[in-house]
Amino acid sequence: MDKTQLLVALGVALFAAGFVGIVVRRNALVMLMCMELMLNGVNLTLVSFAQRMGSTEGAVLVFLVFVVGAAEIAIAIPILLLLARARRTLDVEAYADLKG
Amino acid sequence: MIEDLLLGVFASAAALSAIAMLVARHPMRVAIALIVCMLALAGIYALLGVHVIAVFQVLIYVGAVMVFIVYVIMLVDMRDNAFASRYSWLLVPGAVVAAALVAAICDALWRGGAAPEAPGGARFGIQAFSETFLNEYWLYFELVSVLLVAAVVAAISVVKLGIGRRG
Repeated sequence: MDKTQLLVALGVALFAAGFVGIVVRRNALVMLMCMELMLNGVNLTLVSFAQRMGSTEGAVLVFLVFVVGAAEIAIAIPILLLLARARRTLDVEAYADLKG
Repeated sequence: MIEDLLLGVFASAAALSAIAMLVARHPMRVAIALIVCMLALAGIYALLGVHVIAVFQVLIYVGAVMVFIVYVIMLVDMRDNAFASRYSWLLVPGAVVAAALVAAICDALWRGGAAPEAPGGARFGIQAFSETFLNEYWLYFELVSVLLVAAVVAAISVVKLGIGRRG
């Protein structure tokens, strides 16, 4: 089996694991971490393709994705903290009345 | 030879810790599993020869993002419903859809066969990376710093909003 194939398959597996985590887990913090896992899986495929093509542009793109991911977490965590303080729980089922 | 072996070790560590994330009950254990997964991915990047990305993976993800998440887990340690029963009612449909996704993509991957030999795997250091980054993509660098400032301002205003509502 080719090395790139193996790495892309691993990236798909990580993405699917993160997807399952977001769908089935009930803890909001765990769901956020599973989102990070999905992002890491996609990043792995990007890096392996960029390395295969021998392009530094791919590495630049990966760096930009890292920074955007960090910004996303910096916004998501305070929102989650506010929710947890308001509802006294991290269970997403308790946020079911958030509409509009 | 030893590189292939290490690649297998890191890949299986990443996959196993991703599965551990799904079954662990306490959020802190999930965070530890995610950190292990990210470190394994950094090892894979280093083995591929893109050391720059491996360093950024450790510095930005493990060093900044995960430390932040671990702090938040310690801050809101709640033993609520989500702790008592880990899974929602979507457990079976979600797992089925994810398995179908993996099967479809891996089938396409195998049927496509190995990619044609590219002009050699890249092994570039920080110099080639920074020359490309700061010569051709400097505008994106500046835009990303503006984005980070915007994220910081937004985080502060979200927290202030919460304090204002309660006070």
